[in-house]
Amino acid sequence: MSKTIIDKLWDSHVVVKEENKPDLLYIDLHLIHEVTSPQAFAGLREKDRTVRRPDLCFATMDHNIPTVDRFNIKDETSRLQVETLEKNCEEFGIQLEGLNSEQQGIVHVIGPELGLTLPGKTIVCGDSHTSTHGAFGALAFGIGTSEVEHVLATQTLWQNKPKQMNVRIEGELGFGVTAKDVILWFIAKYGTNVGTGYIIEFSGSTVRSFSMEERMTLCNMSIEAGAKASVISPDDISYEYIAGKRFAPKNQDFKQKCESWSKLASEPEATFDHTIEINASEIEPMVTWGTTPSMCLPVSGHIPAENPSSSSEEKQSLHNALTYMGFKGNERIDEISVQHVFIGSCTNSRLSDLIEASKVVEGSKVHPDVHAIVVPGSQSVKREAEKLGLHKIFLDAGFQWRESGCSMCLGMNDDIVPEGERCASTSNRNFAGRQGKGARTHLVSPIMAAAAALKGKFTDVRSLLSDQQLEVNRYAGV
Amino acid sequence: MPGFKSHSGSAAVLDRNHVDTDQIIPKQFLKKIDKAGYGEFLFYDWRYLPDGREDAAFELNQEETKGASILVTGKNFGCGSSREHAPWALKDYGFQVIIAESFADIFFNNCVKNGILPIRLSQNEIQQLGKDSSKQVIENLKVDLKEQFVAKADGEIFRFDFDPYWKKMLLNGWDEISVTLQQEANIKKYEDERIVNGQWEFNNHRGTFIPRDGGSV
Ligand code: SF4
Repeated sequence: MSKTIIDKLWDSHVVVKEENKPDLLYIDLHLIHEVTSPQAFAGLREKDRTVRRPDLCFATMDHNIPTVDRFNIKDETSRLQVETLEKNCEEFGIQLEGLNSEQQGIVHVIGPELGLTLPGKTIVCGDSHTSTHGAFGALAFGIGTSEVEHVLATQTLWQNKPKQMNVRIEGELGFGVTAKDVILWFIAKYGTNVGTGYIIEFSGSTVRSFSMEERMTLCNMSIEAGAKASVISPDDISYEYIAGKRFAPKNQDFKQKCESWSKLASEPEATFDHTIEINASEIEPMVTWGTTPSMCLPVSGHIPAENPSSSSEEKQSLHNALTYMGFKGNERIDEISVQHVFIGSCTNSRLSDLIEASKVVEGSKVHPDVHAIVVPGSQSVKREAEKLGLHKIFLDAGFQWRESGCSMCLGMNDDIVPEGERCASTSNRNFAGRQGKGARTHLVSPIMAAAAALKGKFTDVRSLLSDQQLEVNRYAGV
Repeated sequence: MPGFKSHSGSAAVLDRNHVDTDQIIPKQFLKKIDKAGYGEFLFYDWRYLPDGREDAAFELNQEETKGASILVTGKNFGCGSSREHAPWALKDYGFQVIIAESFADIFFNNCVKNGILPIRLSQNEIQQLGKDSSKQVIENLKVDLKEQFVAKADGEIFRFDFDPYWKKMLLNGWDEISVTLQQEANIKKYEDERIVNGQWEFNNHRGTFIPRDGGSV
């Protein structure tokens, strides 16, 4: 029978297959961070267990890290969590790129840039956005802390094979439309439940033309569509990105690996449980207006109004979202003013994101009512950006240029949006309270965030740029 | 993992869809390094007013829902982050069973691993379940995992599906890691087959394969 890439990834990692049981899957890479791991290590210690394959574990710290004065974690519980990770990694022999490492960064940014994330691997992390790594043709998914402990002790997980969905995106994206808009548009159209119970393969000419960084943005937010994971078949664009990365295979070994990775792609005859076809040219720059990622519209749109004829359930959820977000209904999206702009997070904090946003910003000033920050995804993104002089462009315009971490994506450090204020954010979740209690989050692409920073309100970025200027070289990676 | 066989109790109704883990337990409470004591922070932003008093309007602050050990809710419960702090908080608060139209994948697994039984029923069945009770609380429900049903006080029964493997694990309350470690020979065999010229076939950052007891870096 013809196989999909998902079948191939799955089948090559099955350790035990028995009837009436989930499959026991082997895990090739276990990424670890400070928030979801302490209780797992404590569990090992309690039962006097060891880490089975420390050579397949890799740790960093990102969620709690201050982005100003980074070595000075003032919050005691945050500091304890960071110190606990240091101790655990030391005790169990796990490589850690900690606060003082030049490689530190958001776990989903550093995995790929260090060449840890490779096609053909199974990758897990106690973090839902592990789906990001699927962009390389890896089977990558988020797990809870009990599962973290299970992987540490056994390097395996019991998993039922999910259903498979092919999301085929064909055609050329319009001017000013990014990978972020594609995934926001997808969730707006099909809902936050569409992927529940599925692994998605993203395919089609649009996806093939995407750089690795664009593919990562797409896969990153597949979890917001409810999917267990998402994958993209590896190709020359993937290999070009991987070549020369610190932990990637080298020389002859690399060549051989590329050959075997090329065999991962879904076979033409392979079937999926469900297929969705998307015409890329329909997609516009998107802005979320509510409290789930599916509450999202093109920047030219109007916020929905309460409709007396909808079901009571729909009425209630719309009413709650409008109230939380401070809308009456019917407002134009491009008239909503923002007080904060956050360019960062594992969705959009890579070098190409910063390059594109800087093109919008260059030579202009941040609106006086806006507090705008750029938080590079990792220390190496920060270094590379500084080499290109991007920090100067942002600083000259009035942005703050910060140290790497999760930052305002979830505000576990000091980067919080105050109650009732609005933030144009390049992150992935607009849930109530996500960026701070009562904070109002609007998810957008990096160039849309940059445009909002300059104008003090949402603005169609296409009106700010001529075709010429927006032609950003798609960047193959750090 | 903690076991689950059957449970009787009253259910609180949280008639909302897409309740995400940021609502179940906000991020400021994820900084602890142990598993205990999260119950007081459950649904924090809904439960408490800015001055710290309980918000009387919130479903779980009603006199009648206090003491409920079953939560009945809508679609896509537990979506969002993978934080296991969410089921830790639900359990510590006193919930043993969650009945919903659908759950987010990671949250569902996290519940099972903590001995909370997540049950999927259709929208229609959930309506039936609460039909003749006041909206906020359903008294005297009985939940039986072995026979896979939820029973109302009047005897009406709703059957649910459950994965046979996880059912067995829950009924016995087995330690999952111990069960997996019984597969040691198979795991070892898989590993041996994946070592090519002393290297892990799928690559690792240490270059060489480090055997299970060789923690040295
Ligand atoms: S950047 Fe945000 S979504 Fe990504 S890992 Fe950090 S907190 Fe999670």
